[in-house]
Amino acid sequence: MTAEPGQQLLLARLTAGEGKKSTVKDVHFLAKKIGVIVNPIAGMGGRVGLKGSDGAEILAKCIELGAKPESPNKAIVALSQLKNLADADFEIFTYPKEMGEDEVKAAGFEPVVLGEIDSGKTTPEDTVRAAKDLLAQGVDIIFFAGGDGTARNVLDAIGEEVPVLGIPAGCKIHSAVYAVNPKTAGNLMVEYLQGKVRDVKECEVMDIDEDAFREGRLNARLYGYMKVPNEKRMVQNLKSGRGFGEEAALDVVSRYLAHNLDPDTLYIMGPGSTIRAVLNKMELENTLLGVDLVYNNKLVANDVNEDEILKHMEQYDRYKIVITVIGGQGYLFGRGNQQISPRVIRKAGLENIMVVATKNKMYSLFGQSLLVDTGDEELNEELVGYTKVLVGYGQSVMFKVTS
Amino acid sequence: MINNTPYLREDFHEARWDEPMIYELSTPGSRGILVPEIEPEIEAAVGDVAGALPDSIKRKSSLDLPEVAQKQVLAHYVHLSQEAMGSNISNDMSEGTCTMKYNPRLGEQVCLLDDFAHIHPDQDVDTMQGVLQVEYEFEQIMKEVSGMDRFSFQPGGGNHAVWVAASVMRKYHADRGDHQRDTTITTIFSHPCDCAAPHTAGYNTIDIYPDEKGIPDFEALKAAVESLGDRLAGMYMTNPEDIGIYNPNCDKVVDLIHSAGGLVHYDQANANAFLGVARARETGVDMVHFNVHKTFGTPHGGEGPACGAFGCRDFLAKYLPVPTVEFDGSKYWLDWDRPDSFGKVRGYFGTAGIILRAYTWTMMHGADGLRMCANISVLNNNYLEKLFLSIPGLSRCFDDNGIIRQEQVRFTWEELNKETGVGVEAINLRAGDYCIPWFWFSHHPWVIPEPMTIEPCETYSKTDCEEYYMVLKRVAEEARTNPEIVLSAPHKQSGHALANPEDLDNPDKWALSWKAFLRKHGASAAKIKENAIAEDLAKLTAKK
Repeated sequence: MTAEPGQQLLLARLTAGEGKKSTVKDVHFLAKKIGVIVNPIAGMGGRVGLKGSDGAEILAKCIELGAKPESPNKAIVALSQLKNLADADFEIFTYPKEMGEDEVKAAGFEPVVLGEIDSGKTTPEDTVRAAKDLLAQGVDIIFFAGGDGTARNVLDAIGEEVPVLGIPAGCKIHSAVYAVNPKTAGNLMVEYLQGKVRDVKECEVMDIDEDAFREGRLNARLYGYMKVPNEKRMVQNLKSGRGFGEEAALDVVSRYLAHNLDPDTLYIMGPGSTIRAVLNKMELENTLLGVDLVYNNKLVANDVNEDEILKHMEQYDRYKIVITVIGGQGYLFGRGNQQISPRVIRKAGLENIMVVATKNKMYSLFGQSLLVDTGDEELNEELVGYTKVLVGYGQSVMFKVTS
Repeated sequence: MINNTPYLREDFHEARWDEPMIYELSTPGSRGILVPEIEPEIEAAVGDVAGALPDSIKRKSSLDLPEVAQKQVLAHYVHLSQEAMGSNISNDMSEGTCTMKYNPRLGEQVCLLDDFAHIHPDQDVDTMQGVLQVEYEFEQIMKEVSGMDRFSFQPGGGNHAVWVAASVMRKYHADRGDHQRDTTITTIFSHPCDCAAPHTAGYNTIDIYPDEKGIPDFEALKAAVESLGDRLAGMYMTNPEDIGIYNPNCDKVVDLIHSAGGLVHYDQANANAFLGVARARETGVDMVHFNVHKTFGTPHGGEGPACGAFGCRDFLAKYLPVPTVEFDGSKYWLDWDRPDSFGKVRGYFGTAGIILRAYTWTMMHGADGLRMCANISVLNNNYLEKLFLSIPGLSRCFDDNGIIRQEQVRFTWEELNKETGVGVEAINLRAGDYCIPWFWFSHHPWVIPEPMTIEPCETYSKTDCEEYYMVLKRVAEEARTNPEIVLSAPHKQSGHALANPEDLDNPDKWALSWKAFLRKHGASAAKIKENAIAEDLAKLTAKK
């Protein structure tokens, strides 16, 4: 053998560490700038039974009822975990006072403070502005504390431009961008900064209409997706160990479905990133949050509402509804896909519902069941039982469905 | 210490040789053995041997082997063997579900006997009657153990045996004109191969999740069977499942699948709890397989040769891979003339050395001995479980389901993790600092939080069990009093924590061979070093 590969190997061993501290800096991606946003009023409505604190009037009512800020303490718990990063080189950028500065300092770090706020009177617009300013600052990840409303504000500001991680502090946590608890959020951030977790996945940002919710109606919408570090055990309930990376998991399942659609059948494709992946595989234009119609591998219509779906259905003999599992709680119907209404489901026939999700998503729901909330009690009862969920290339799981 | 009292090895330290790879020890031109030159008389008689070889079998490039002298080779492997915690090729109760029991040295000695070691499977069968006799007789033993009618020892391991079951299943359905039967069912707590191998063989698959007691959800299975109709090919059932819990519904499962026209394969890779106690046949299944390394005392394959003993009932025997070993009362022979066989799955007739070891192990024990192995496996496990469950922060999955564990348990450190932030991976690495080989967490999916799966089988003594318990108890205490020492483990071992575990998911990173390592990392590693040297030089120059 020539000396060259041998030398290379020796160098590789010297640099690989083999349990010793490496003298060479890690070459992989290492996040260095963290943006921190705290929505200081998130979670105030919960304790006083107000189901959320979005809106100035409601906030006033929260305070009147004696609600105390919950969010700052939770943010401090999460941020304190960053002390585990002994000699890591990172900087924290945040917004003034209770929107991050106070919490970051309480956790023992000295942040770079951007922008201005009217302390004691922060609004959702402050969150949007903070997220935009952090993005402009070139942060590698945004660490924010709040609830579904906060997640929506961050989404509005930055979309999928940089990864985010949510510290759950709000009353409503339907969005999957949040870790299970503040401590876990902190630990995951540490692993991300250390480069131990590099995979990211798209997670749902969802919110319910708070006015409707206070009146006893639950009306949840899927607002979009943000990129979240994909440690397969820490975000939400995801407890699975080493498995597929999210990208590969999405690839196999979408590939299978794209290759195996029945001919002469109108496909009613629900919202969500899994179904978007299917339509992308078929090279069809699609809407992430809307319902798209497909027939014989051709696009029929994008982003259709209930009436439009029903009208289109009249022109075809055979239909299939393809939906994915939405949110951390595992909804099939009633969250983010209300266009596929009871009337649409009835017309298509229950036997023509097809559920598709990634393996990781289903593992994350271990010990739970899938939920249906179509708004039609009778239909909910009929949907209850078991459903087959396509999770891979010809691979499915049976999952329990409850209402 | 007297009378083998268990004790905590406070002062343990594993040898650490900082040993290079054998290729790194290579010096061009160095030799361990000098092959003699051909003597002139021989050369004259046979002519140019190399020239006589057809071009198609000649190497195009030189053989890239490490060039190392004997002394260095011996020292190298002695060093490596000292970095193995005194184990016998990784067999330990740490390998829950895989049951790495002790491999008696007698098995190794038998395999070194001239009559066995020097034969070649291409020889005429008349000259290797002994090997065929061992295979034939071991088949009779396996038939007795399982109640099945025929066996094939050709599959090179458990996963391969499951793949063979899928192939038999397909042939059976095809013969009946049931070509549409394209889907198999298994459970998520079966070994992952029970889904993956049939899938590789071309089947679609459905996995069943457990119910709240941790046993396969029978209602979900019914729903799956109903949804499949005549597309059901069969079911892969494991019992006990990967989490150590017995399914009390086995007979119902078998009836359900049979009533829908499917076949049932019983994955009893690990049969330690019921060897000599219960037989697969009585569950009504059609096919089974055993991993002989898990139950019959042979070495773990470890990516090398193993044996997945595949058994089936009479009506499926004609589909078995060729050849089968037959006996006509006076002579053993290989039957290649089996027109219904689905084909050939491995060279020759199975991994003869493994079968001989398994035969030796079984004959050493006798029928009573096999049952005693099962009894002791269950006793050991129940004792160990009692000890473990007394450790605060440690419990078992589906703890209150009322089902007694038999030979293994899937534990969970979830409680300790919540309390201290120390997880199972750190506990595992720290346990090694007290001379416990790293234990098995869980097969995928890892849905039990902070899992640990331990199986003492019959090999380990009461003292071994107690020492293991003392180590875990100590590590749990450390997690509370000095979490840093656990989180930064290992401290006293040759192995180390993975710097970037995610690289295991990345085919561009991991390498299973020297060539792959060079291809994937050689150049980039050299580049990194070059940059580092340049950086250092720049610093030195700046100082001057």
